[in-house]
Amino acid sequence: MATYLEFIQQNEERDGVRFSWNVWPSSRLEATRMVVPLACLLTPLRERPDLPPVQYEPVLCSRPTCKAILNPLCQVDYRAKLWACNFCFQRNQFPPAYTGISEVNQPAELMPQFSTIEYVIQRGPQSPLIFLYVVDTCLEEDDLQALKESLQMSLSLLPPDALVGLITFGRMVQVHELSCEGISKSFVFRGTKDLTAKQIQDMLGLTTPAMPMQQARPQEHPFVSSRFLQPIQKIDMNLTDLLGELQRDPWPVTQGKRPLRSTGVALSIAVGLLEGTFPNTGARIMLFTGGPPTQGPGMVVGDELKVPIRSWHDIEKDNARFMKKATKHYEMLANRAATNGHCIDIYACALDQTGLLEMKCCANLTGGHMVMGDSFNTSLFKQTFQRIFSKDFNGNFRMAFGATLEVKTSRELKIAGAVGPCVSLNVKGPCVSENELGVGGTSQWKICGLDPTSTLGIYFEVVNQHNAPIPQGGRGAIQFVTQYQHSSTQRRIRVTTVARKARFLVSPECKPGTNSGTVSWADAQSHLRHIEAAFDQEAAAVLMARLGVFRAESEEGPDVLRWLDRQLIRLCQKFGQYNKEDPTSFRLSDSFSLYPQFMFHLRRSPFLQVFNNSPDESSYYRHHFARQDLTQSLIMIQPILYSYSFHGPPEPVLLDSSSILADRILLMDTFFQIVIYLGETIAQWRKAGYQDMPEYENFKHLLQAPLDDAQEILQARFPMPRYINTEHGGSQARFLLSKVNPSQTHNNLYTWGQETGAPILTDDVSLQVFMDHLKKLAVSSAC
Amino acid sequence: MNVNQSAPPVPPFGQPQPVYPGYHQSSYGGQPGSTAPPTHYGAYNGPVPGYQETLAPGVSRAPPSLGAPPATTAQTPCGQAAYGQFGQGDVQNGPSSTVQMQRLSGSQPFGSAPLAPVVSQPTVLQPYGPLPTSSQVTAQLAGMQISGAMAPAPPTLGLGYGSFGPGRGPQPNYGSPYPGAPTFGSQPGPPQPLPPKRLDPDAIPSPIQVIEDDRNNRGSEPFVTGVRGQVPPLVTTNFLVKDQGNASPRYIRCTSYNIPCTSDMAKQAQVPLAAVIKPLARLPPEEASPYVVDHGESGPLRCNRCKAYMCPFMQFIEGGRRFQCCFCSCINDVPPQYFQHLDHTGKRVDAYDRPELSLGSYEFLATVDYCKNNKFPSPPAFIFMIDVSYNAIRSGLVRLLCEELKSLLDCLPREGRAEESAIRVGFVTYNKVLHFYNVKSSLAQPQMMVVSDVADMFVPLLDGFLVNVNESRAVITSLLDQIPEMFADTRETETVFAPVIQAGMEALKAAECAGKLFLFHTSLPIAEAPGKLKNRDDRKLINTDKEKTLFQPQTGAYQTLAKECVAQGCCVDLFLFPNQYVDVATLCVVPQLTGGSVYKYACFQVENDQERFLSDLRRDVQKVVGFDAVMRVRTSTGIRAVDFFGAFYMSNTTDVELAGLDGDKTVTVEFKHDDRLNEESGALLQCALLYTSCAGQRRLRIHNLALNCCTQLADLYRNCETDTLINYMAKFAYRGVLNSPVKTVRDALITQCAQILACYRKNCASPSSAGQLILPECMKLLPVYLNCVLKSDVLQPGAEVTTDDRAYVRQLVTSMDVAETNVFFYPRLLPLTKSPIESTTEPPAVRASEERLSDGDIYLLENGLNLFLWVGASVQQGVVQSLFSVSSFSQITSGLSILPVLDNPLSKKVRGLVDSLRAQRSRYMKLIVVKQEDKLEMLFKHFLVEDKSLSGGASYVDFLCHMHKEIRQLLS
Repeated sequence: MATYLEFIQQNEERDGVRFSWNVWPSSRLEATRMVVPLACLLTPLRERPDLPPVQYEPVLCSRPTCKAILNPLCQVDYRAKLWACNFCFQRNQFPPAYTGISEVNQPAELMPQFSTIEYVIQRGPQSPLIFLYVVDTCLEEDDLQALKESLQMSLSLLPPDALVGLITFGRMVQVHELSCEGISKSFVFRGTKDLTAKQIQDMLGLTTPAMPMQQARPQEHPFVSSRFLQPIQKIDMNLTDLLGELQRDPWPVTQGKRPLRSTGVALSIAVGLLEGTFPNTGARIMLFTGGPPTQGPGMVVGDELKVPIRSWHDIEKDNARFMKKATKHYEMLANRAATNGHCIDIYACALDQTGLLEMKCCANLTGGHMVMGDSFNTSLFKQTFQRIFSKDFNGNFRMAFGATLEVKTSRELKIAGAVGPCVSLNVKGPCVSENELGVGGTSQWKICGLDPTSTLGIYFEVVNQHNAPIPQGGRGAIQFVTQYQHSSTQRRIRVTTVARKARFLVSPECKPGTNSGTVSWADAQSHLRHIEAAFDQEAAAVLMARLGVFRAESEEGPDVLRWLDRQLIRLCQKFGQYNKEDPTSFRLSDSFSLYPQFMFHLRRSPFLQVFNNSPDESSYYRHHFARQDLTQSLIMIQPILYSYSFHGPPEPVLLDSSSILADRILLMDTFFQIVIYLGETIAQWRKAGYQDMPEYENFKHLLQAPLDDAQEILQARFPMPRYINTEHGGSQARFLLSKVNPSQTHNNLYTWGQETGAPILTDDVSLQVFMDHLKKLAVSSAC
Repeated sequence: MNVNQSAPPVPPFGQPQPVYPGYHQSSYGGQPGSTAPPTHYGAYNGPVPGYQETLAPGVSRAPPSLGAPPATTAQTPCGQAAYGQFGQGDVQNGPSSTVQMQRLSGSQPFGSAPLAPVVSQPTVLQPYGPLPTSSQVTAQLAGMQISGAMAPAPPTLGLGYGSFGPGRGPQPNYGSPYPGAPTFGSQPGPPQPLPPKRLDPDAIPSPIQVIEDDRNNRGSEPFVTGVRGQVPPLVTTNFLVKDQGNASPRYIRCTSYNIPCTSDMAKQAQVPLAAVIKPLARLPPEEASPYVVDHGESGPLRCNRCKAYMCPFMQFIEGGRRFQCCFCSCINDVPPQYFQHLDHTGKRVDAYDRPELSLGSYEFLATVDYCKNNKFPSPPAFIFMIDVSYNAIRSGLVRLLCEELKSLLDCLPREGRAEESAIRVGFVTYNKVLHFYNVKSSLAQPQMMVVSDVADMFVPLLDGFLVNVNESRAVITSLLDQIPEMFADTRETETVFAPVIQAGMEALKAAECAGKLFLFHTSLPIAEAPGKLKNRDDRKLINTDKEKTLFQPQTGAYQTLAKECVAQGCCVDLFLFPNQYVDVATLCVVPQLTGGSVYKYACFQVENDQERFLSDLRRDVQKVVGFDAVMRVRTSTGIRAVDFFGAFYMSNTTDVELAGLDGDKTVTVEFKHDDRLNEESGALLQCALLYTSCAGQRRLRIHNLALNCCTQLADLYRNCETDTLINYMAKFAYRGVLNSPVKTVRDALITQCAQILACYRKNCASPSSAGQLILPECMKLLPVYLNCVLKSDVLQPGAEVTTDDRAYVRQLVTSMDVAETNVFFYPRLLPLTKSPIESTTEPPAVRASEERLSDGDIYLLENGLNLFLWVGASVQQGVVQSLFSVSSFSQITSGLSILPVLDNPLSKKVRGLVDSLRAQRSRYMKLIVVKQEDKLEMLFKHFLVEDKSLSGGASYVDFLCHMHKEIRQLLS
């Protein structure tokens, strides 16, 4: 049998699913003893070039409360043309189209390798993709120019039949009518007044005045809306000109004031416009803003420059007077957009904060992108923006819209919740747990915008009572059904059905038994070992981190840290091997060995530490953390550090201050930043210009190597990371120094007696200290 | 289809068709009756010339004692008979309306009066003929009197003089007329046998005669304003003014130039003390506009206490180091830079070098202290706001307007000789929503910005909305080309109104400038928005206590809006193109309170009304306007300005705030006593107008006027001006209808008039029979003019007058000047073919009465708003041919509005005359050709104000009788 590592990898490849435990506890009691909840990271639209979608519709279980989809785990009676639902055990007739079915002539969905399968729904109208640009005009001239160019460029990337719309805002909000010839026409709204969706639609003339007529001519509906949303092929030139003519907001901004920016109303109108014209159709609202909203609903800061925008300090002191109201406004918008299947992207480029803290829910709840940069005139923004329109191997956009994710579980499991870019659809059902982890209380979530990397953490609860456990070796099954609008405008359904075995952790009355040819086991200890081996510490770390970050949004930072610590200690107590009260005897098995380290870095990460980060930055980091896949998430938790030196080929080194050596070049990838750091000697050499001398060509190559590698990362990453090229003593070196484990600080540098590495000026505890404490606590019986 | 049944070409005033027949019937039905009187008149007319002849030698008055005693007894029956006939005539003539009945019953006491015949004697305007100069007129204070035909009553008989009251002894001048009296005394002989049945219309004071006389007497030499309390020539007289210390009558006219010293006197006389002020009046080219005085940074010199501005009446004392304020007597220091020595008369040596020390009218440059927010104003802006709803598009208005604007924008008012106008322009179109246009010069195409949030109006753009015409010409032209196209297919019929004004006002506010909105609006604003109106036109309310509601605005929203506009200096000019009721009373509120103008083109059709609309528009756009103005009238101690009439807003009791003020707008100010006046020092008025010129310069225009004061009522009556008085009384009455039933207002007017005249009779006229109607010379036209006011559409509407028309006229009159009210209430009727064709002068007018029309003639009638060409049924064929290019009377198109351009002297002359009449008026008068006996004639007859009107208005003669009765009641 393959190792668990391979098993995990294979599963991830095929299904886009990684469980924290690959063997499930058999009862609720055991589940709680395992500390890390049973959960999985699901990447619903993981790219599967090898998986062509089938051109028919899935077969559903006929039980109205179940409606699970036929999958390889179902038992099929080929003769009777019956199949048994593996979730509710309902026996179902195959539909007439399946009459030719037999053991040798199986439909794809019954083949084990198609545990993940994608169906294309042919029925229903195909609605085009909709892109609604919401553009801030209170920008500096060159910023606006760069943004205009980016937008114009993006038009060429859109499919010709995509509908586009344009809303610009500053002090006022302008909804541009794109259909008209000659005079360009726009509807203008006051930036200070919150309008209901109905009012907006009335004012835009989207409601047909004569009510009785409405039924008579439903086909006219798209025509009405098309004034503001037009197929790109029709108005390409028009819109390009219009964008070209965009002027900075003409209202004067007096000294000492911020420009008046009506982001809140602009977004409200964008949401209202789409709500009125294309409800339940995939659409992207793309908000480009260059500063904080300063007026109207959703304002984050007043226009007086002397009053700075809220900091974490202000928030803690309850001094952020606009925050609550603004957050409420954007939450309301986000929920409305989510209800209608529209996603909201935020591209915020400014040196100061732009109110992402308040607006984050717009992107978080709708699955939109959030991009934070210093200026629209940077490659960071330009390339990130361009990458949104990148295409997959089939030439389709890497984006999907209006998805609903439904999770079905076999009866021993219940769904506790999800953490990710989704909103609850509030579908209660028998498989919904009362204990919520993340967004819970539902078996369905809406993900308005998602891409192949969007990943949700889904948490489960084992409900079997201890005295009625899952039969040994019984297989729990979970089915993920993702219905979405593909970027080719088709409706598709991707179904992933997974099953894992259940094991007793400690089962006094249990007798060894065999079960359908799977692994058998001998005693309680071996159970444990089995379970240990099935622990996916990477997935577990990310899943725990997601829970932590989710909690951090609503709870005080220290509480979350304490909770994480406690979980870690309990885990170590449970799975560590040690003698009581003897820290030195503490050992963890391989499958757990990295976990404490992850937790150490997680504690220091910007997701949980707000020190040195603005509220906007925290929101930005958390946003990405909550939607990236496992690999990227891990990079975020524990950045990767590579070393380049003459001593050998490039190698990953410890994320530790001891890795910072004079004759090394370091490349650190924190997901958000790519830092190239030249050690002291290397920097001196470069300064001396050795790289330009033909005889030191190898040095030139050495310098070039990290750059090339960095480029490679930059090419693939979304959003574009901040690219930092620094050297020993450089001011930007702080990015590196703040991430590495401070094993050498000004406090212990000389006591360690080593001259290598770089001391970090911090009072943070190092990993070593952390581990020592952990061991001590784990072995102590007091805990 | 029967030709005869075809509708008249244009139903004027947009009244419903059915009105005509009714109107028709009643009038023609009465025709036999109405033809009858002329025969009487004919008989009457006989003696008149003779009588006049006798007077001609200069025997202008008869001594009061003249007359044959025996007549007293005979008189009474005569009078009754006369009355009786009168009454019959009435009953026959008029439609049997309640109004008629009232009049009838009202005249009964008159009939039973012992000295009924009073009015019947052909009275002659004796004093005028022989008196060559105005000074003589005033010196003699000739009154006029209408005495009984028999004129037998010993003391009263003869022509009662407008004498000066009992207090005065005979003056030397009187000597000469008196001797003539005996000849008059002998005169009664001949009239006696005549049946003295009717009052001879020729015998009662004729406006035409008065105007003619004034023209002849005073038109020749300039009016020099140096002397205090001089009564200027009539408004109808062409004269030049030389400013020698008092403001020209073009700027200020008073009801009386001699003010009673005490309030008791004033109360007794009941003569309203009012001044009609037109601060920015246009002057004829021969007269210089006021000098601009720049006092540098210190600003204009003012009295420290009452803040009056330096003027010629300020007294410099103490060798010129101080001056005493002529208004409040406060003694002020003369600032060093203004110091100048005095000459031996106590006058400053530089008095004649400084306009503010020697002229009645001048301007100061204002300093920054006089500016809003202590910031010099930016040049004003014009915003054109065009209704593009279905009605406006269909009538062709939008296309016409846009086309016209293209060229009109070159003619924006500019200051002095400035090369180009400083005024910026902006454009808005609207129906249910508003469309703003960005016409920034850098744009290739204009941009339209739609604001549909009409409930909470705002301006969507700043930069590019208000632009310089020359810089943005290409974009503007493109816009004006596209507007008609863009909305060509509109089906939107609903409009908003208040939000449009609000938007314009906000735009000006955002641009931090004053300005003017030109609104072109078609329909009742029924779209859901602030200021939404409903149709509340209800003819049943007429003559009820609720009639006043028709004049009141429907909602208070417009007042609030107007207030905001005034605060911003946003003046609103409204052009209305209604097809039906639009509630002018409400829509006019903002223009009215912001000093704007309202133009109304009912049932606008491009073919018919284009000329009129474009001409009005051109004039309105081009006229010089002062913006963001505040006017304050200061007076010397003793009187005080208490009431103001006109198109403006007042937030306190003294400051008249005008968002805009043009050369046509007039403010009438009423004064009341708050103390005794001094005969010696007289009464001074200073009107100061602070405004922003069309180039954005802040200025103060000062007008000063010194009036005399009197302790004798006779002096008051001698220095009155009836035209001004009518202006005041009309405005007072027109405001009154907002609060009181129309009947109450009319009665009050009559009572006041009677009181004025009775007071004169009692205190100034020499004793005479109570049966005589004695009118002061200066007020002899008061009854006829007042009657015109009483029967005007506002106070006594005819069946064909719509509620909107009344509100419109009411609004118009409020800011009319004296000349305008004069001709508006008493239209000019000019015979065209009577005078030789070669004569280049205007033909002498005739009295506005049907009996003055001869059916062989052609007449022009104008009242400042309307212009009719009346063609008599038996006019010569040649005349018809040369004017209309048709061969006979019957072929003339009734209702024709343009005379064919023909190359013959008559056609040229008539067209020239029409043009010159139009040039005299501030609004373009559309010509309507009316044929005698045609349906349209009813409309025309409405303007023959001396006749009985169909709506129940009394004829001049009747009214005079009634007035006499009232006076006698007051006296007894």
